[in-house]
Amino acid sequence: MDFGMVPLTHYLFLSATLFVIGVTGVLIQRNVIVVFMSIEIMLNAVNISLVAFDRYMNLHDGQVFSFMVMCVAAAEVSVGLAIIISLFRNKPTTNLDEFNIMKS
Amino acid sequence: MLLKLTGLVPLYPLIGCIINGFFGLRIGKNAVGLIAAGSVGLSFLTTLIIFIGLVMTPVEERVFEQVLFTWMAAGDFTAEFGFQVDPLSMTMMLFVTGVGFLIHVYSIGYMHEEYSFYRFFAYMNLFMCSMLLLIMGNNFLIMFIGWEGVGCCSYFLIGYYFEKKSACDAGTKAFVMNRVGDFAFLLAVMYIFNIFGSIDFTTVFHAAPEKLIYNSEAVTTITMLLFIGACGKSAQIPLYTWLPDAMEGPTPVSALIHAATMVAAGVFLVARFFPVFESSEEVMRTVAIVGGVTAIFAATMGLVQNDIKRVLAYSTISQLGFMMLALGVGAYGAAIFHLFTHAFFKSLLFMGAGSVSHAAGGTFDMRYMGGLRRVMPWTWAAFLIGGLSLAGIAPMAGFWSKDEILGAAWAGTSWDSNLVFWLGLVAAIMTAFYIFRALFMTFEGEYRGGAAADPNAEAHDSSGPHESPKSIVGPLVVLALATAAVGWLVNPLTDFGFIPMHWFSEFIAIGPSHPLIEGGHVEVESFNRVLALVTSLLAVAAIWLAYLMYVSKTISPDAVVSPVRRLYDIVVRKYYLDDLYEDVLTRNLFYSKLAFGLDWLDKNLVDGIVRTADRAGRNVGRAMAQLQAGQLQGYGTIISVGVLVIFGIYLVFR
Repeated sequence: MDFGMVPLTHYLFLSATLFVIGVTGVLIQRNVIVVFMSIEIMLNAVNISLVAFDRYMNLHDGQVFSFMVMCVAAAEVSVGLAIIISLFRNKPTTNLDEFNIMKS
Repeated sequence: MLLKLTGLVPLYPLIGCIINGFFGLRIGKNAVGLIAAGSVGLSFLTTLIIFIGLVMTPVEERVFEQVLFTWMAAGDFTAEFGFQVDPLSMTMMLFVTGVGFLIHVYSIGYMHEEYSFYRFFAYMNLFMCSMLLLIMGNNFLIMFIGWEGVGCCSYFLIGYYFEKKSACDAGTKAFVMNRVGDFAFLLAVMYIFNIFGSIDFTTVFHAAPEKLIYNSEAVTTITMLLFIGACGKSAQIPLYTWLPDAMEGPTPVSALIHAATMVAAGVFLVARFFPVFESSEEVMRTVAIVGGVTAIFAATMGLVQNDIKRVLAYSTISQLGFMMLALGVGAYGAAIFHLFTHAFFKSLLFMGAGSVSHAAGGTFDMRYMGGLRRVMPWTWAAFLIGGLSLAGIAPMAGFWSKDEILGAAWAGTSWDSNLVFWLGLVAAIMTAFYIFRALFMTFEGEYRGGAAADPNAEAHDSSGPHESPKSIVGPLVVLALATAAVGWLVNPLTDFGFIPMHWFSEFIAIGPSHPLIEGGHVEVESFNRVLALVTSLLAVAAIWLAYLMYVSKTISPDAVVSPVRRLYDIVVRKYYLDDLYEDVLTRNLFYSKLAFGLDWLDKNLVDGIVRTADRAGRNVGRAMAQLQAGQLQGYGTIISVGVLVIFGIYLVFR
């Protein structure tokens, strides 16, 4: 392996760390845009581990699947931003604490 | 193929009950009476046809089973809805429908002033249907339906005057005391199913010789439980106290249910399982002794009653004791014969008492009657025939059966049959005394005012004593003729016309319905002429004593009582058994201890658990409700923490 100097675990650590950062961001950030970005970080963390495993197992499915994830992420971004904009039209703020209409 | 009509017999009263119960108020009293009596009359006619069919079949084949449908099937357990006709159930069917029909006719006249006339007849018809199911069922379950059905109808009819508290209480008492017996009966049925894997009479009786060892514990347990059931229904010691109270019901009910039919169910039960009972010496002895003691015990209480119906009630208990005694000493035929004759003369006496009460304006207290012979000669004659029969004077029905019982006990060699012979003899003498005491107090001497003079009566008729209407006197006369004839006619001492000697005893005792007994043959008792003469003379002496005390007044009743005042008081208080049951058992033990404890448990333990669960649920809910802030991020946090916790648990306990 060419990248043999860097073992699989490092990639996994990187991936896990990014994922946790993403989760934390989703959970604690109050700004909708930042939460949105955090979700992107989580998706990319998953992409890293997909590619790392793919390489490690000498397969190709993982790389294909990471493209899939990117596509979905792109679609999600377009839908998500549309939602954020319509939210902003309802209430001129991006602070998530203001949105508690889930509480019946 | 006359036997194929069997299924119709209980059907007619059921139809009558449904019509009267649902449409009785609309169709009017005449139609109600016609339907009620007519349906039972049809049953009686059908029974007669079946009877002819049964007599025409050869002796060895006199068991006919008719299965209408399979009622329920669950695993090994199947219960059919079917009927069995054999000499025993045939005899029962004959007098249940025959006497039942006469009592229905009588009731039309007797109950005519009642507003809820239709309710009375709906219950009566339902009773007839249940009673017929009881005696005709071909398995324990059908019998049990009938058994519970008659108990239930008895409860309804005792409490017929439900606006009267004493009537309601009497109904409840009868129901609860019967429940004790019913429970034992049900246990016995379960035990039988456990051993035999079937509840069908034929299957059980045919398997019995292999599965039940003579005197084994299983036999003793089963028969003892059945006997407790029989004690409840047939008002034997110690479960007899409900029967005197049951006299709160209308008189036709007392005549039909509490004299002729339902109370005979216990004796019938023992008779039905007689082959099994015979395999346990101890239980046979118990049956004999309980019967003998009940006979004498109830007779003593009959001596001191002032209410004519209560005299008859104690007399019924006493006579049922006689039947049990007979079964206990092995005189199967004599017991059923007495059951048969008793149904006639006891319902005759009850209907006579009802007629007397009608004349006296509604009271049943003999202290306010007297002199009724001159105003109601028909009732007097009927009552006299009934009284002679009960006292055991030839040629009335009771003479033949009672002497067969005493003869069988006399012929026995064991100590218990000797004991019960003397018990029975003394009881028979007392019987003759108390029934003639009642007769003399009611019909002789001067009229003492009737209901108008009775402070306890709810007087509703002050027209003075008069003979009862035809629909009351008619059945009385028919029953009186039957009572006078039925004893020697069905069981003659020698061949009588086309009726062979001992026809009834042989009809009932010989046949395939007793597979346990060698060759299906129960010994036929021979009639002991010397003994019959002696007992008759003793009975006549007792009647003479009653005459001296209550008609010619040569002996004052007080003079007889005063030396044994204390004993007399005990008897008047019914040996304090009612007090024992009601005060000690019910009030002090049951209400104050058991019910109190249960109440405490209910309030604290059961309600406590429920209330704690409720409170816990509410509080947990309130705490959980805080979590629903509507913030997706809060939910996300919880989900993440949950995932971590589950993952942690997985890592630790892998």
